[in-house]
Amino acid sequence: MNELKKKGMTIAQKILALKSGKRRVEAGEFVEANADLTITNDTSGHLLVRTFRQAGIPRIWDSEKFVVCLDHLVPANNPQTASNHNLIRQFVQEQNIKHFFDINEGIHLHVTVEKGLVRPGMLIPGNDSHCTMFGALGAFGTGISIPETVELLATGKLWFKVPSTMKIDLFGSLSQMVTPKDIILEVIGRLKADGAMYKAVEFSGDAVKTINMDGRLTLCNMAVEMGAKTGIVEPDETTMDYLKGRTDQQFHIVKNDPDAVYERIESIDLSTLEPKVSLPHRVDNVVSVNEVKGVKINQAFIGSCTNGLFSDLKIAAQILQGRRIGASVRLIVNPASKEVYLKTLNEGVLEILIESGAVICNPGCGACIGATKGVLGEGEVCISSANRNFRGRMGSDEAKVFLASPATVAASAVTGEITDPRGFV
Amino acid sequence: MDELIRKGRTWKYGDNVDTDQIYPSKYMDIHEPAEAAKHLMEGVDLQFALEVRKGDFLVTGRNFGLGSIRGGIHLAFEHLKLGGIIAESFSRGFFRNCISEGIPVLECSEVCAKVDTGDLIEVNFSNGEIINHTKNEIIKGKKLPDFIIEKIISGGSIPLVKKIFASDLKGRRENG
Ligand code: SF4
Repeated sequence: MNELKKKGMTIAQKILALKSGKRRVEAGEFVEANADLTITNDTSGHLLVRTFRQAGIPRIWDSEKFVVCLDHLVPANNPQTASNHNLIRQFVQEQNIKHFFDINEGIHLHVTVEKGLVRPGMLIPGNDSHCTMFGALGAFGTGISIPETVELLATGKLWFKVPSTMKIDLFGSLSQMVTPKDIILEVIGRLKADGAMYKAVEFSGDAVKTINMDGRLTLCNMAVEMGAKTGIVEPDETTMDYLKGRTDQQFHIVKNDPDAVYERIESIDLSTLEPKVSLPHRVDNVVSVNEVKGVKINQAFIGSCTNGLFSDLKIAAQILQGRRIGASVRLIVNPASKEVYLKTLNEGVLEILIESGAVICNPGCGACIGATKGVLGEGEVCISSANRNFRGRMGSDEAKVFLASPATVAASAVTGEITDPRGFV
Repeated sequence: MDELIRKGRTWKYGDNVDTDQIYPSKYMDIHEPAEAAKHLMEGVDLQFALEVRKGDFLVTGRNFGLGSIRGGIHLAFEHLKLGGIIAESFSRGFFRNCISEGIPVLECSEVCAKVDTGDLIEVNFSNGEIINHTKNEIIKGKKLPDFIIEKIISGGSIPLVKKIFASDLKGRRENG
């Protein structure tokens, strides 16, 4: 029994042990842990501020450990949103919050990553379900509710159940026009929407080394779509390179023990992986693109916290260069952040997209949330690079959303129907 | 510790009811609890918000609440004062949200097989036992740790925070 107990720990276990002041913790154990950072956005933020005030808290625990970013409904789409934004701005001033990003910066999750605020070994419970993506940098990120965020802002700590870890072992190499989005859709298709419930999902294996930071963010972002508590990639050179120039803060790299215990290991051969599509209205309803090719579309969307990054817009531009989108299709492109916006602008990516007929929106969530831009009408069909295709997610309850990689979305925008991007190499 | 026991009528739904169905994104601007409550479960059942009463239970299948952390849901719950939610399983984020909002939650793999909409049930969250008075049957759910039950009884995160700051202020006054 004792022998078993001495088995090594995974990154998720180690971070929770570290943050709760323990030498070791076991999966299933409850701990109280100190957070390193928390975040909020505009749509949760206005409720958070109201709740915070009702609770009568004079000051937040640490004004340098709270990221506030306006990103969902930006610029404001109606008077109510405008005053919600103002409420948040006022709160930021009152509380002297250091990391505030107004409507011009982009999706809060990416802004937090790009500004070097997410570093290996950190514990980041935040007010958004996609905080799982912070694991791309070897941090433990997870979604928490508004009342819990208020509790965290007041005390700096929260309770956690230590998750068991599931390993996704990636080997082989991706074919051209097959992307990390296709990997994560394949994983979700296999494991299903509750297949990783309460677990940490670690992406590892030789092939992970070849996936850049954008791709790792895509993988960890969508871990929550199979119920995961967090996604994780063990820090390596890619992580260090990414952080260079973004932070001068010290951080502590947490790696797996060689004998760490995994609850399950799922292996995926990337060489045989095909472009994947998830069918409406469930993310885990995943098929290969060829099973749905030919389905007519009205709108194509490239953006969101899953696939609004430089690599995503770039691969779309590779397909769209010298081509025009179909006559009956709208292509909406939403860079995830100002950094992505500028880089795609400077490298000529945006020009190609614009020439092909795309509408470029300002950095932020945009059409992903179906509340301001790119809202779908009744009976419309959209192919989207985002992460959720629930009924009503992008507008009308009677619209259909297919999820795919930016390459598949771009190829489909050209033909006006769901299309395998490999034909565009 | 006090026992957490609630009794009420049920509303039953299926598997994978996501947060866009529980509270559509178009209502994200709303900050009035009563207003938010008008849209709860709108994507699954328009009747629910019209007819739900204080103390009613939601009974659902697997993976209830997958998707976003949507603040409006917590406003709506605050207003409706539901008896609790019993699901075959919950999405992790949603489960935590409920605890932090003081909403009693219970996982029970048999609940959909043994409870129907409109049944009168009595749930002891402290020991995980459900009595279905309509069907005269007892079923067992997964008992939660005591500290979580205590958290729910005390109303979740906000009352806790209020308490900390109230005693802080008192302490400061007493210390001069
Ligand atoms: S891009 Fe979409 S999923 Fe990501 S934070 Fe914004 S609304 Fe949420």
